[in-house]
Amino acid sequence: MDDFASESDSDYASYWRDWFISSRGNEYFCEIDEDYLTDRFNLTGLNTEVQYYQYALDLVTDVFDLDCDDEMRETIEKSARHLYGLVHARYIVTTRGLAKMLEKYKKGDFGKCPRVMCHSHPLLPMGLSDVPSTKPVKLYCARCEDIYNPKSSRHAAIDGAYFGTSFHNIIFQVYPALIPAKSAERYVPRVYGFKLHHAAALVRWQNTQRDDMRRRLRKMDVESGFKDGDGEGEGDEDDEVEDDEELGPDDFDAAEVGAIAQATAGTVA
Amino acid sequence: MSTSSGAPESWISSFCALLGHEYFAEVSEEFIEDDFNLTGLQTQVAMYKEALEMILDIEPEDDDEEDDDEDEDEEDVSGDARDSLGARAPGERRHHSRIASDNSVIESSAEMLYGLIHQRFICSRAGIQQMSEKYELGHFGVCPRTNCNQTRTLPVGLSDIPGEDTVKLFCPSCLDVYVPPNSRFQTVDGAFFGRTFGGLFLLTFPEFDLSKSATEGVTNLTRTPTDDNSMLNGVYARNVAPGLGPGKIYQPKIYGFKVSEVARSGPRMQWLRNKPTDVTVLDEARHFAADHADSDDDESMSLNSGRAATRRRPQGNARLRQQRQAQNGSPMTVEPANGAESEL
Repeated sequence: MDDFASESDSDYASYWRDWFISSRGNEYFCEIDEDYLTDRFNLTGLNTEVQYYQYALDLVTDVFDLDCDDEMRETIEKSARHLYGLVHARYIVTTRGLAKMLEKYKKGDFGKCPRVMCHSHPLLPMGLSDVPSTKPVKLYCARCEDIYNPKSSRHAAIDGAYFGTSFHNIIFQVYPALIPAKSAERYVPRVYGFKLHHAAALVRWQNTQRDDMRRRLRKMDVESGFKDGDGEGEGDEDDEVEDDEELGPDDFDAAEVGAIAQATAGTVA
Repeated sequence: MSTSSGAPESWISSFCALLGHEYFAEVSEEFIEDDFNLTGLQTQVAMYKEALEMILDIEPEDDDEEDDDEDEDEEDVSGDARDSLGARAPGERRHHSRIASDNSVIESSAEMLYGLIHQRFICSRAGIQQMSEKYELGHFGVCPRTNCNQTRTLPVGLSDIPGEDTVKLFCPSCLDVYVPPNSRFQTVDGAFFGRTFGGLFLLTFPEFDLSKSATEGVTNLTRTPTDDNSMLNGVYARNVAPGLGPGKIYQPKIYGFKVSEVARSGPRMQWLRNKPTDVTVLDEARHFAADHADSDDDESMSLNSGRAATRRRPQGNARLRQQRQAQNGSPMTVEPANGAESEL
């Protein structure tokens, strides 16, 4: 940071990577080490993927000094961003890259899981494909093990291949302590306190699936990771009803009771 | 606000137009004016009468009360049994009923009262109809889950008691609840929508194709003769959590290899997004009947016939409902004589 003064020496933005990761919309990226970028081995195969590869690499490593018109510069700039993204996908699965992304994960730079029962668990960026320009970036929640679309459209435009399909799984293999406790807590839709029949039947089926899995894992002496320990079966019912605060008779007014009669006449379980 | 009573726009429409109030339906005045619909609310809302007047844009009748002393004022109030509780609460005396310092209190009371009425209104026929229009227009946003493919969500509360949690979005495609993406909804109380609305909506409008994304128009399930329009547990089989099941579950992979379930970091939550390939597995009543067919014939017969009847019923209900809606969009407009019944 102390050599920011030298930035003015160059006409073009020096410290391209600093600028890139701090610009709006690029919050998911971490900074790639200079050493990593300059090791040609790490860039194997990227020259066929990126237009004006050499210029783009020069720009990323702040040694770009080509005199060219704005249009050309714009093209190279675009290539540089693409190159940075592709190298980024490789870098974040290295030891140093994982550590950097871990820091960002701990700070919640990638956002929080929108699922209510995940209680704002931090997310990790991921791609659904390692081939560039196929699918935009998605966010992975380690608690519910599902993927979500980024809230903001500027993030939804980032290529998923810049993070890759493996990174978010590797980070939990490297740092197993990060794996969050799993929870069977869930939402059960209800009408006037009665579970919806089709949803409740599905929940019962899913619970048998979960119990089967936990039994399988226990047989193999593998920790299932559920925080509600061994209370299999009996704990489930509690989880199911945990959103169900009993309403006192006072809270049930006549309008609701009447509507219950109507609703129960229909299809409520 | 004193300005709101003079403004051409009603308090209700200006409330619903506020930033962050996009999920609210406009409760019809007829619904609020029916005292039956407000049963029990005066004990929950401070300054109930003033709040109700503010919601209905009724000018307070206190022009000559300004000079009166407190006691007389209270006598007036006690004659009006409705708000005795609100008026006697300390610090909320109403002899200055419309001066500025009170207005903010009344305003917040009015918002609370409106929210609680709203919770009931959106479960009435007129209210749920209005919410379905907002649903069609995509006012409630879309499911953030990637495999739900941007299906529309519904605003729900996790509690019917105000002050416990903020509004959440219920995705009928994955049957889960999510935090609204915009923080401005984090000031909206979930009780203003209530726990019932989301489920009741699915039962009221079984024909919506829940797998459609918000970018596509709302369509009813296609009704080609070859299509499977079978009912399951009271809903169309195709509408049983269309966002779940094989192919809609995230499978973690490292360099193309699946992460094993046995691994410490292996998948443990896939059951949450799972669904039987053949959803008829979920028809527990039928399986029970089939399993017990031999043991006691009479019971299984009655179960079978009962099941056949319940299979038909929702469809009939929906048709009936649509007919009624076609004749009379708002049952709340029915004459007061049978107003109570119309609400049900």
